[in-house]
Amino acid sequence: MGTIQLKKVRKAFGETVVIPGADLDIKHGEFIVFVGPSGCGKSTLLRMIAGLEDITAGEILIDGKDMTDTAPAKRGLSMVFQSYALYPHMSVRNNIAFGLKMAGETPEQIAPKIAKAAATLNLTEYLDRKPGQLSGGQRQRVAIGRAIVRNPSGFLFDEPLSNLDAALRVNMRIFIMQLHQDLGSTMVYVTHDQVEAMTMADRIVVLNRGVIEQVGTPMELYNKPQSIFVAGFIGSPKMNFVEGNTIGVRPEHIAISDKKGDWPGTVKITEHLGSDTFLHVDAGKRGQITVRATGESNYGPGDKIWMTPDAKRLHHFDAQGRVTKV
Amino acid sequence: MARKQSTRRTVAITILAWFIGLLMFFPILWTAVAAFKSESDAYTLPQNMLSTPWTLENFGIVQERSDYFRYVFNTVIIAVLSTLLGLLFAVPAAWSMAFAPRTTPSSTISGWGWLAIVFSCGLIAAGVLYANGWHPQNAVVGFLLLLLCIVPPTAWVWTRATTDTLLWMLSTKMMPPAGALIAIYLMFNRNGLIFKDWGWINLSEYNLIDSFWGMVPLAMLLNLPIIIWMLYTYFKEIPVEILEAARMDGASLWNEIVRVLTPMALPGIASTCLLNLILAWNEAFWSLNLTNKYAAPLSFFISEYSSPEGQFWAKLSAASLMAIVPILIVGWFSQKQLVRGLTFGAVK
Repeated sequence: MGTIQLKKVRKAFGETVVIPGADLDIKHGEFIVFVGPSGCGKSTLLRMIAGLEDITAGEILIDGKDMTDTAPAKRGLSMVFQSYALYPHMSVRNNIAFGLKMAGETPEQIAPKIAKAAATLNLTEYLDRKPGQLSGGQRQRVAIGRAIVRNPSGFLFDEPLSNLDAALRVNMRIFIMQLHQDLGSTMVYVTHDQVEAMTMADRIVVLNRGVIEQVGTPMELYNKPQSIFVAGFIGSPKMNFVEGNTIGVRPEHIAISDKKGDWPGTVKITEHLGSDTFLHVDAGKRGQITVRATGESNYGPGDKIWMTPDAKRLHHFDAQGRVTKV
Repeated sequence: MARKQSTRRTVAITILAWFIGLLMFFPILWTAVAAFKSESDAYTLPQNMLSTPWTLENFGIVQERSDYFRYVFNTVIIAVLSTLLGLLFAVPAAWSMAFAPRTTPSSTISGWGWLAIVFSCGLIAAGVLYANGWHPQNAVVGFLLLLLCIVPPTAWVWTRATTDTLLWMLSTKMMPPAGALIAIYLMFNRNGLIFKDWGWINLSEYNLIDSFWGMVPLAMLLNLPIIIWMLYTYFKEIPVEILEAARMDGASLWNEIVRVLTPMALPGIASTCLLNLILAWNEAFWSLNLTNKYAAPLSFFISEYSSPEGQFWAKLSAASLMAIVPILIVGWFSQKQLVRGLTFGAVK
């Protein structure tokens, strides 16, 4: 079991309302990613689920039980922190064992659990080291070890990869996804990186200024964003907005030609990624438009081109930034 | 040329530094030398420092006249107990201020409102005293009047934001201790404010003057603001996420403080203890005024030799030396312990 339900969860620090009221239903075994720009309340929401932050109003149900005022450890959830938050004065072994000791387990009960977690995480040879003697990736694995050893019904990750370098981040991303498949537990993962969100999530929760803008699978968010915020946040490079922000079209949904098309423009900058080339085009009154071309594209700065958006993949928004049916 | 000039400069600065250093060290050096000279030779120091004979007689006489070890014992009791007692209050206080600070005042009453409350409570107390003669004969009435003066300002401080509370604590060290001497003396003394025959209860058998029951809490309270400040600073450097991780791991408040926070803050706690120990060890003002025999610490012991009926420079020096040596040794050894410290590796 590992369902988490938020019902009109509200958070305010004094006069400042951080989260006006969030409703969310997380199913058992789901990999949910909270994504949004910094300060959007995604970490606060996670910490409220964890019990580290009080809830101003509303309720949180875990496994169907009201846990709104339950102590963090009693919620059956484990958390992995951005800074790893290992106990610096304890060995890796004791770091992993601490939660079990606090739960009153005997050394005989604890030892096999640690051995198993260490084997899963390739930490067996480091068990007697202190966190200070480990690399960033190893510390991250200890933090995960500390979380899995308690066999929780759900995991909470608070930007766990943002302190790692790019190569390690990709490895850990795959590692966490593998872990999710193996354990089958519910995971709630906070990140500001939409690529992490797209690649890892079963469902993504997009937050903006404390409000849940949209919840959906990565492809739902990509194909059918409900608001201009989600449309701009999901996808890289971001969606182009033209005609006074009422029409949005992704760079990959624009065809280019040097002879004819709907929108004329001048190439300003080209970015060659090998597989693709991104052209940043000055489209006069339509502003700057980013277009994806093939990797072999030969357009250079100063070239005049015509762009034709795919009419079926246009997104229409009203003045409030909500999507409109056409 | 430039190099030569800089060498000359270095030499000049070195000489100056040594001169200033020796000048500052001179009183201690003088004391250390005088302690090993006869009384008559001690007057003519330092020009005859090497020509006059060295002697240990002062130490023998000092020990014979006043029982040195009893003073050491008293000092250890006061310094150690007040430090431990202080930690007992300071660790939770610093913990709450560092990790759960109050950012805005918790009361909606304005500063002027509080001033009015404090002022009118004081006026009421004064009015009651004026109407009944200035001396309350009844312990309960006296106690209530005292509460009337103490509770409103305390309540006001209670509602302040954490930063204000910290400043307020520090402000208690800004007043010269002599300012509170009479009040504390009357609170400690037999037939003072508290320990007297109140008619229905006779407290005159008890008093805090010259007792550990008075001196230990007093020494603790004197240094409490400093301990709290120091611990607060050390605790602030500990990432709150580690404590939150402990909370997620199911650690109770006790385990969180004892098994996670304290080991991590150990270097800070140790140096705080050391400083508090030194401050309590050397404390003289209150000891001299509030003790004379049973709970008298080493500062009182030194003062015995600065009497007006004769000059005992050599013995005074010997006593001073005897008083500072233990804490000097403790400081020297714990300093090495402190420098080693702990290496933090939990956070990136």
